[in-house]
Amino acid sequence: MKDQSLYEYLLMLGDNSMILGHRLSELCGHGPSLETDIALTNISLDLFGQVRSYFQYAAELKGDEATEDSIAFLRFDRDYRNSIIVEQPNTDFAHVIVRQFLFDSYHVPLLEQLMHSEDETIAAIAAKSIKEAKYHLRFSSEWMKRLGDGTEESHQRTQAALNHLYPYLHELYHESPIEKEMKEQGIGADLSVVKDHSLATINEVIAEATLSIPESEPRMVRGKQGIHSEHMGFILSDLQFMQRAYPNMQW
Amino acid sequence: MDIKSLEDRFEAKIAAGESIEPKDWMPEKYRKTHIRQISQHAHSEIVGMLPEGNWITRAPSLRRKVALLAKVQDEAGHGLYLYSAAETLGISRDEMTEQLLSGKAKYSSIFNYPTLTWADIGAIGWLVDGAAIINQVMLTRTSYGPYARAMVRICKEESFHQRQGYEIMLTLCNGTPEQKALAQDALNRWWWPSLMMFGPRDAESPHTEQSMKWKIKRKTNDELRQQFIDITKPQADILGITIPDPDLKWNEERGHYDFGDIDWDEFWQVVNGNGQCNKDRIAAKQKAWDEGAWVRDAAVAHAEKKEQKKQKLSA
Ligand SMILES: [Fe+2]
Ligand SMILES: [Fe+2]
Repeated sequence: MKDQSLYEYLLMLGDNSMILGHRLSELCGHGPSLETDIALTNISLDLFGQVRSYFQYAAELKGDEATEDSIAFLRFDRDYRNSIIVEQPNTDFAHVIVRQFLFDSYHVPLLEQLMHSEDETIAAIAAKSIKEAKYHLRFSSEWMKRLGDGTEESHQRTQAALNHLYPYLHELYHESPIEKEMKEQGIGADLSVVKDHSLATINEVIAEATLSIPESEPRMVRGKQGIHSEHMGFILSDLQFMQRAYPNMQW
Repeated sequence: MDIKSLEDRFEAKIAAGESIEPKDWMPEKYRKTHIRQISQHAHSEIVGMLPEGNWITRAPSLRRKVALLAKVQDEAGHGLYLYSAAETLGISRDEMTEQLLSGKAKYSSIFNYPTLTWADIGAIGWLVDGAAIINQVMLTRTSYGPYARAMVRICKEESFHQRQGYEIMLTLCNGTPEQKALAQDALNRWWWPSLMMFGPRDAESPHTEQSMKWKIKRKTNDELRQQFIDITKPQADILGITIPDPDLKWNEERGHYDFGDIDWDEFWQVVNGNGQCNKDRIAAKQKAWDEGAWVRDAAVAHAEKKEQKKQKLSA
């Protein structure tokens, strides 16, 4: 394929949104209130909307018989390019919110850069998605503050979730060879800039939430290279179930 | 004004087809009946999210996944409007939730059946939302204003759900033999429970007479059920799948389809808590409620802290 790197870059973008959207979709009907159910479902819907845009474009590049669905559902685990943080389970509502907040803090500055991508399709997708991501960040930041500066129990749970998830954050900032290549071509984002913005947001919100940033080292993970967590196989067995059990059918 | 004249005025309003609003005087029984019916309706929307939510992570395509997510989200919205409508009658959402969890309040029995295949998502949209619409279109003209207005909003979305469900069925029926078999199997399992959604036969329906008099309902259970069957049979024919009722036949004289006996024993078993999923549904809602307690407490505590800070600043 002529645009192999661009194709893989699109997978990276789409897979993060898809796996996070999947995790949120598991919660539908099981949240602490109707309002949070509706809001989290909304975020999931936005993320899957982005996934469809990225994968439709990726399918175009790939040609053959590729479709958004073959890309979403018919890859092997090693071919998914998402970072490990989005695979982390819905342990409790604090984990859901912290995972969302850390991702949003990265997602907004990422899209801000992609809006100026040399690639027109990526720029257009980013321009549409940025409004959604900003809303997600507002929602997750508000909940960070509510939970962090709420009751003693909520504070403890949120700090525990932060301690668990924060070390995974760094993978999002860590530039892979594909991301480097895309940056150099003016297509992809500069992750060092994304990192600065993301950390600034995190520091501000964490302080207001009366939480503290854990001092642990970044976790050694390589989701971007397709080495996933043990959760991933189970995510894929749900995600791919119909396409695998009933191959080559229209739905 | 004495009770008698208040009652007379209330009855006159109903007879004239005027709507009753929250601030209006109403008989205690009218209020209670509405709390029961609206909260039951709200609970049905909420519990109904579970069997459908069961297939979100396994939806067969991105397009279907997004549509199903949006649908289940709509149902949550319906629950919200309805809880708000019930709150105008002097009951809180928390009280209603507790009544649901304790089993004091009911919800539609249809959601005590399991969703076993993707085709069930099609069948629920087609049949369950279809049956719900028939009931709800009637309720857009119900006498209690907030309830009627909630129904107008909800009906638009329900008919979208119904079309979407039917379209899933159509895709399956135009697909491979395996897909068509899924569709037939789903129809086999959901047909009779869907007919039961309209409630007991008129002769055995304890609330019908009063509900008709107060224009809460404008058609009886049996009339609505017949209307549903008449609409749905031709749709099954287009799909090319068979409704599991050998007695289903067009009756020229009546201008309606005749149909076979409903298993009322099954109906009452499920209503009384012995359906396949009654316990699981309530357990899932109980778990969400219990696990959400610390979150709801945190939100309250945080709001209070914020309020205190504001007062300190302005002091
Ligand atoms: Fe609904
Ligand atoms: Fe619906």
